[in-house]
Amino acid sequence: MRHLMSPLDLSVDELDELLNLANDIEKHPEKYAHACDGKKLATCFYEPSTRTRLSFEAAMLNLGGSVLGFASADSSSAAKGESVSDTIRIISCYADICAMRHPKEGAPLVASQKSQIPVINAGDGGHQHPTQTLTDLLTIRSLKGRLDNMTIGLCGDLKFGRTVHSLINALIRYPGIRFVLISPEELKIPSYIREDVLKAKQIPFTEVERLEDAIPELDVLYMNRVQKERFFNEEDYVRLKDFYILTREKLSLAREDMLVLHPLPRVNEISVEVDDDPRAVYFKQAQYGVYVRMALILTLLGISVE
Amino acid sequence: MLNISGIHEGFVLDHIQAGMSLQIYHDLKLDRLDCTVAIIKNARSNKMGKKDILKVECPIEALDLDILGFIDHNITVNVIKNDKIVAKKELQLPKQVKNVIKCKNPRCITSIEQELDQIFLLTDPRKEVYRCKYCEEKYTNPNRR
Repeated sequence: MRHLMSPLDLSVDELDELLNLANDIEKHPEKYAHACDGKKLATCFYEPSTRTRLSFEAAMLNLGGSVLGFASADSSSAAKGESVSDTIRIISCYADICAMRHPKEGAPLVASQKSQIPVINAGDGGHQHPTQTLTDLLTIRSLKGRLDNMTIGLCGDLKFGRTVHSLINALIRYPGIRFVLISPEELKIPSYIREDVLKAKQIPFTEVERLEDAIPELDVLYMNRVQKERFFNEEDYVRLKDFYILTREKLSLAREDMLVLHPLPRVNEISVEVDDDPRAVYFKQAQYGVYVRMALILTLLGISVE
Repeated sequence: MLNISGIHEGFVLDHIQAGMSLQIYHDLKLDRLDCTVAIIKNARSNKMGKKDILKVECPIEALDLDILGFIDHNITVNVIKNDKIVAKKELQLPKQVKNVIKCKNPRCITSIEQELDQIFLLTDPRKEVYRCKYCEEKYTNPNRR
């Protein structure tokens, strides 16, 4: 039985296969409409998340399956002090697959060790969020036609932004990838990514502070939000939250075929005037998130559709 | 000069960093073993200036020495049988360390679920980096030489 804890749990070939399946689902959704008839997905969300939870639920419903679960720790037995290990043993009796989000890092891994059903990490604190990375990769590959030979700009909170860290780890497995890291001094990429990943694997990268300087050379601009929940100090958050705002004016400096991605939700970092620009693909990205989760559910359940 | 007699069967752990012998005594759980142990602190050493030595009289299969590789792989392990050194054991960094160190990341699941084993995995043998199995928080060995 397989689980998904990190995007790197999948080899490059397995990832290709998964993304191919997601693209087939996109083209022929009717083929998959009953692939999971009679199967149940448990969404165990110990912290609030609208997007990821609904995306998982939509994915399972699109496959003909059904969903059950809880949307916050308060409404689960965790409020009574039940451990993750015990909860997953119970959930294993009720469902065929589980998507788990937890504020504590490593909680889904603990669950996977005791589970009788596949567990998908749907985000564990600031650690991993593999289905977001799969979404990002599917979006880039579908709209660019490749995952290699690109200059990727990562902009915003590169310190706490787990989606950024995961995306870097996933993309460096492809040849010809170059990163431009755009962040204020306080939110620079952590040294374990800079030293142990980028420098250790000799991946070309530059670090800049001004978005305008970097944008003309980018194939993909990945924006993220300054995450209030990761700050211990309100003052620092307020000072940094509006450091970058992508406006129509800044976007005019970009190439015609550049893509703007964002894991959402956005706060102020992308002006709404940019939404209608064909390069702004963050809402499409959310749609790709459903396709890739459908492909993942099918893969982990070992269901193939002819 | 202090004289401590030889041992018939067991281990002599030599070249322990001065001051570390008591920690090693606990990490090897020697306090739970019914055996003779000599702890020699601050012995003179040409190589190290000062060093600690532990002599443990016990059946040689009674001790799990893997943990020593994690604490300090420069320690020399002499295996004694029938009053003679029969082997010098090379210490290696263990691939996994269980319930020896604790994860200090307040966001780690081990911070709230106390019954979980504290497991650290060797992720970079060259730099001797261990990371928490659950949250991947880095552990830096303060005794690294």
